[in-house]
Amino acid sequence: MSDKKQVMVFIEQNEGKIADVSLELICEAGQLAEPLDADVVAVAPGYDMKEALASLGHYGCKTVYRINDKRLAHFTSNPYAKSIVNLIKTQQPEIVLFGATETGRDVAPRIASALKCGLTADCTELQIGEHKFKKQVYKNVFLGIRPAFGGNIMATIVTPESHPSMATVRQGVMKMTPPDTTLNAEVMDVESGLSDDDFITEVIEIVRKEKAVNLGTAQLIVAAGAGAADPNTLELVRKLADTIGAELGASRPLVDSGLLPHDHQVGQTGTTVRPNLYIACGISGQIQHRAGMAESQRIIAINSDPDAPIFNIAHYGIVGSLNEVIPKMINAYKDKA
Amino acid sequence: MGLKMIVMVKQVPDTHNITGDAMKPDGTVNRSKLPAIINPEDLNALEEAIRIKERVGGHITVITMGPKKAVEVLKECLYRGADDVILVSDRKFAGADTLATAYTLKFTIEKIGQFDLILCGRQAIDGDTAQVGPQVAEKLGINQISCLLEVVEISDKEITVRHSIADGYEVARSPLPLLVTVSSEANQPRSPSAKRVMIYKNIETNSDETDGNSIPTGDSDLVQKITEWDADFIGADPAICGLAGSPTQVKKVENVVLAANDIQQVPPTETGISSLMHDLMNDHII
Repeated sequence: MSDKKQVMVFIEQNEGKIADVSLELICEAGQLAEPLDADVVAVAPGYDMKEALASLGHYGCKTVYRINDKRLAHFTSNPYAKSIVNLIKTQQPEIVLFGATETGRDVAPRIASALKCGLTADCTELQIGEHKFKKQVYKNVFLGIRPAFGGNIMATIVTPESHPSMATVRQGVMKMTPPDTTLNAEVMDVESGLSDDDFITEVIEIVRKEKAVNLGTAQLIVAAGAGAADPNTLELVRKLADTIGAELGASRPLVDSGLLPHDHQVGQTGTTVRPNLYIACGISGQIQHRAGMAESQRIIAINSDPDAPIFNIAHYGIVGSLNEVIPKMINAYKDKA
Repeated sequence: MGLKMIVMVKQVPDTHNITGDAMKPDGTVNRSKLPAIINPEDLNALEEAIRIKERVGGHITVITMGPKKAVEVLKECLYRGADDVILVSDRKFAGADTLATAYTLKFTIEKIGQFDLILCGRQAIDGDTAQVGPQVAEKLGINQISCLLEVVEISDKEITVRHSIADGYEVARSPLPLLVTVSSEANQPRSPSAKRVMIYKNIETNSDETDGNSIPTGDSDLVQKITEWDADFIGADPAICGLAGSPTQVKKVENVVLAANDIQQVPPTETGISSLMHDLMNDHII
């Protein structure tokens, strides 16, 4: 174990490519490491990938513990969980962070259970702070802040007696710092401690679809809600998006109606976005939706209901019918462009 | 013969359909006013178990940890096709986080005895943590597969499933026993059967009997009473159940309130809209 404190990030890779959320977490771990005077380190089960792992240093990672094993090339629960548990036991980090992806949400609870540690799921904000409980004062504890109850409350969760404290963190929420390409991480190979018996699941086929939309990094988003849940109005919203070069987003009711696939969904059960401009077309602004887009730089809301909650977070409000307002927007843009 | 299946379900407040009644004047939610329902993806888990039973035969035991009123969700499961239902209820379980819940469910499952497949919803809509399934698997020392979309093949020895991964899906094969978490995309849960509703709507729990705790035999075709177990009966150590066994503490809860922005009203006229669009273009936003 290192003589310095460590904040550890699980590096998720899919076919050898490091997931964006893992880079976001390396950057965020840097923020947490500062008050603790800790190093940012990573744990990376997988096969090969030495160069990609060294480049984590660009974002502030000091050491990558690489668990290099051909049998770990693809994620399966038990061997990933077991090998990470082994590493946590030897390195004893203060904090371990995972992306709240399918993989992170599968493996992190299993690790927390094996270590009998607390795990805070789906955090949207992380802090180091003080916690008082039964006359005891815990200094520099890890605070995981997360939406719960369908986004209606924000809960701050602490695990003061857990070593380590663990959390899964939503994708696209933590800001990336600009990479410093002069810095590389030291890649240290560690033993997996696994036997063939640990590889229980056999992966037969992997199919990844190219995403039709990439909302996470989009700077302009035009999003359709229940007010656009008929093919003609939705087509108008799509036309506005195409005209100004925006990605097409949607609220959950619209996706549930089957008019657009889930890739388009913005909000708590979809993608979290923070574009320069978000145009909400016929979206009432349920809390689950707002949780995923409230940090947009500018929000324009168009809704025929003047009392729609979306107007409470919008910077510009247009009360009117989409069928009248959107063509005017398209024309105004075309006139000037 | 067939497979011995256990489905884990949870009673949750209906956080996805917040009606006026549950909304307080300050814009926050009155959680106690929300109706209690069976967690939606747990119904997908039950449906998947019923389909497996229809395919290869088997026996479905549904378990839930919760207060007495959680029998309601067990009745929902009986209406749809569960063979046995067990309520695990004890004051000692109150305040449990996911780890303490997983302990309790582990003891419950070990009390039931032998099983081939455990199914549960991918996540519950009150906490959205998706943790209890994987943690129960770890506690039982069995393997898990998350976000099941489809059972491709199943025998009494192994199962092949399609399940979702980042940006796609994966087909994976695993020997039994196994725990799977089931996604809402897997199936459309069936409605309650009218015949089964008639049979079970007035079913009682056995908790009032002196010899209350018993293990359902599964011998009889119909469930006579809802089985209720407590901490002592399942042999759960109170130190690792409920609040005492929960490493996570809620430090603070803040209601999310609509924070009003300084909003600029734009009239829906040609002039109004064109001035807005031109402002955005001048600022190089679009």
